[in-house]
Amino acid sequence: MSYLHIGKNFTPPDIHGKVTGKARYAEDYSVDGMVYARLYTSPMPHARVVEIDADEALAMEGVFGILTAEDVYPTEAPAPTLLTNEPVYVGDPIFAIAAIDEKTAEDALKKVRVKLEPLPFSVDPVTSLKPDGPSARLEGNIYPREMRSLHWSAEDVERFVTGREPTGPAPSEWSYGDLEAGFDNAALILEESFVTTGYAHMSMEPRSVLSYWQNGRCHVHGSTQSQSFVVPFLARMLGIEQKDLVFVAEYCGGGFGSKISAYPVLAIPGYFSKKLGRPVMLRITREEEYYVGSARVGFQGWIKAGFTREGRVSAVDLYIVQDLGSQQAGGDASSAGGAISILYQPDAMRLRDVPVLTNTTPRGPQRGPGQNQIAAIFEPMMDKAARELGLDPVAIRRLNAPDSSATLNANQGPVTSAYMKEALDRGAELFGWSERIKKSGQRNGSKVTGIGVGQGYHSAGANGFDGLVRITPDGRIHLHSGVGNLGTYSYAATTRAAAEALKCNWENCIVHHGSTEENLPWSSYQAGSNTTFTHTRANYVAAEDAIRKMKLIAAQVLGGTPDQYDIADERVFDIGNAARSLTYGEVAAKAVELGGEFSGETWPEDIHEVTQRAVQGIAGTGLIGVAKDNLPVRGTVPGLTVGFIEIELDLETGKHEIVDFLAVAECGTVLHPLGLAGQLRGGAVWGFGMAGLERHVYDPQNGLPANVGYYQTRPPTYLDIPAHMEWSAVDIADPDNPVGSRGVGEPAMGSATAALMCALSDALGGHLFNRTPVTPDVVVNHVSGQGQSHGPLATNTF
Amino acid sequence: MNVNLSRRRFIKGVIASSAAAASSAAWYSAAADDRPAGTVERLVVLNVNGRKRPVDVLPQETLAFTLRYKLGLTGTKLGCNRGECGACTVLVDDINHYACSMLTHSVRGRAVTTVEGLQDASGALHPVQQAFIDELAPQCGYCTPGQIMSAVALLRENSEPTRQEVREALSGNLCRCGAYDHYLNAVMTASKRMRARGQIT
Ligand code: FES
Ligand code: FES
Repeated sequence: MSYLHIGKNFTPPDIHGKVTGKARYAEDYSVDGMVYARLYTSPMPHARVVEIDADEALAMEGVFGILTAEDVYPTEAPAPTLLTNEPVYVGDPIFAIAAIDEKTAEDALKKVRVKLEPLPFSVDPVTSLKPDGPSARLEGNIYPREMRSLHWSAEDVERFVTGREPTGPAPSEWSYGDLEAGFDNAALILEESFVTTGYAHMSMEPRSVLSYWQNGRCHVHGSTQSQSFVVPFLARMLGIEQKDLVFVAEYCGGGFGSKISAYPVLAIPGYFSKKLGRPVMLRITREEEYYVGSARVGFQGWIKAGFTREGRVSAVDLYIVQDLGSQQAGGDASSAGGAISILYQPDAMRLRDVPVLTNTTPRGPQRGPGQNQIAAIFEPMMDKAARELGLDPVAIRRLNAPDSSATLNANQGPVTSAYMKEALDRGAELFGWSERIKKSGQRNGSKVTGIGVGQGYHSAGANGFDGLVRITPDGRIHLHSGVGNLGTYSYAATTRAAAEALKCNWENCIVHHGSTEENLPWSSYQAGSNTTFTHTRANYVAAEDAIRKMKLIAAQVLGGTPDQYDIADERVFDIGNAARSLTYGEVAAKAVELGGEFSGETWPEDIHEVTQRAVQGIAGTGLIGVAKDNLPVRGTVPGLTVGFIEIELDLETGKHEIVDFLAVAECGTVLHPLGLAGQLRGGAVWGFGMAGLERHVYDPQNGLPANVGYYQTRPPTYLDIPAHMEWSAVDIADPDNPVGSRGVGEPAMGSATAALMCALSDALGGHLFNRTPVTPDVVVNHVSGQGQSHGPLATNTF
Repeated sequence: MNVNLSRRRFIKGVIASSAAAASSAAWYSAAADDRPAGTVERLVVLNVNGRKRPVDVLPQETLAFTLRYKLGLTGTKLGCNRGECGACTVLVDDINHYACSMLTHSVRGRAVTTVEGLQDASGALHPVQQAFIDELAPQCGYCTPGQIMSAVALLRENSEPTRQEVREALSGNLCRCGAYDHYLNAVMTASKRMRARGQIT
């Protein structure tokens, strides 16, 4: 299929601002009379606020007021709170003070007398599960979608931390197939216990927010991954109607799952501004971002996998204790199970899940939540199976890899399409796998070579959202994108599906995005790697609606029936006599004259109210194409990737260097090559961080976090990545997307994490660490035969 | 709790409490927290992007603060405000510096260049900026101005850097999106183009 726009690079309209400094992020805005808020955050991991005496602070010159939990949207445990009287982690915002400048606000905070009563706390899920273990919240210590208490027997705890099959009750479970038969059929059974430590998202832009009220409407400048998707949630949080919210998020300095929708801090200045009658800016510091900025769910777990003599995965039994942090979270374990179910197609599988709250920073989805933690653990196990069965690592993956007949999850539902074998084959060829693997274990002084291959998966597509396009009488094509600008350029790339359908020049297109004032349609969450699939569909159906209307108008103006007409070169023409035609501009002018559905005076009943308001906002300005995506979708939309890596591991220092890395994407038709390259490489950088660098550390005595700065959390730098990172894509169209595309941002990380974990293991003759991150001290301890400094299955520790 | 762990627990306690002590640090953290009584703003004239900019400056004010909040030059970003990330990188007399960790008073009489000062008089982009666009180098873009300023400083010093040299020169600029490889591509492209045009030798 040859396309005009799909699969071609383009210059996204927002990039100019990024390189010139003109791009405005939330904190770059300033309005007259703006005052500054500062947060008072909890110094204790769990406490009850007994008293807040702010009299002295409020009497200070330049101080305008205080905002407490009583002033804001109330929530029920363990939902996130805007401000709270029961702080559940160090850094939990309790109240805010606004003043003429931040210095004054900060001075005022020090004058507030706060009386806190300490409450029991826990920073390790297993500690909380002990018979008399502390609970993270007054309502209990686990959250299997409702707050409850769960304590294991001392023997259950002992079995779990010593890596034996867990006996502790698990509140959630799913399974399919005959697990017993699966293990009976196995020629090889592997059993491992594991830990993947949580760590912060640490987006570069801290989530600063500016709010003010004008003519009864609340203006919010925030930093979010999504745009339209935020509106209903933020309006509800602010206690206002959607139409009374002006939400601007034209640029977002990174989110990675931590800024998907309306997060609590986003609403604080709105409340404060209303209370004070002044615009309020809340700047979040880097340290505060570590508190309120979300983090990955940690796993402590056990896994048993059966393999047939040929290397087929016959059964997987997975048991995960999740570290949910202090607030509502917890889909990671099930997603981890789902990833195993699709990537290896086991005949039978069971997942047991114990979602435990801890008094650590709140967690939420982080790039491949669940899928990527388990990739780090299960992929090295595949290598171990390959070693024991005498198979090649790529071959054993290929044998189990999903194709378009694959099934997944507990319900064993279908996929839209999948070509993982092709991805493995392409990668093996480009990487020169069969030659490269011969270098495995080669010594060069204190350095030893490790070779690895890793796979990643994430569901990568949703449906049912709206598209909106508009052609104005000047002939310009306006593509209204409700997609957020999270740095992937998908807000613009997906509109190219509309440009493709309209067969128009990109230079004639204007992409509207970034503010409710731009009249944007209802859009999906910009998360879950779903935007590419979801919004190429939505844009496509909106363009189809515009084309239908253009043909109707042509038939009215030039005679004949609509199906006599087609489009090309930004004209509607009579197929039998191409000279009989109207330009897009002429059709648009006619649409304005005709009114009704043509110019947005009426709209389809099934579009979302956000889209309805957008249509009302542009009604009468041109020809409007608007529709909800009702296209069929036959199953889960898979995003699949493979990573290939060569490393040198220094046995003396424990440090590794990545010599070479290749990522292969299996995400349907490539929509935007450079954008895809960016996601594959950026995802890989994240994977290197997870495998080798990043982790939470909490002091178990006092519940204090030890990493609240970049230098303590160690996100990867230029020096942690290889000098070059190659990529490729399978590029086979998915049948359920009009342009064949699916998403891929998250698996790109999982496959890199897994590849690096496998290479570290390979360099050490197949030793499994079963733990992320594998930091240099962990390697040195292993090589020198010393015990590890962390306790068995301990998490959030050095 | 195992008694043998007590030393480790102690160490952890110390590390953690230093983190906690920092927790009251505000946006001003790079500036002195408690200004001595009587300290006042003084009018200074800065040389920013080739223009004279009179501005009232506190003794403890950082250059990033002055640029962003007093001169409206918000292209200089604050990612950490404490010398960890490089988002605030600007040039002072052609050398890259973290503007969050420099006092404004210390740049009096020196030439400050921010990302807003890179375009030429006709508005044409600096070759580094253009290369960043062509290679689709930025992702979220928040670290981008800092990356660009470090790249410009490098190419002034070394017109033909190797990829390894670029990596090292830019290693003080974090990018959480992991756009590193694209930034490296862009700097190599810019270097090639600038040499071809004789803009650097
Ligand atoms: S903001 Fe200056 S180094 Fe991070
Ligand atoms: S592009 Fe997002 S932090 Fe670098």
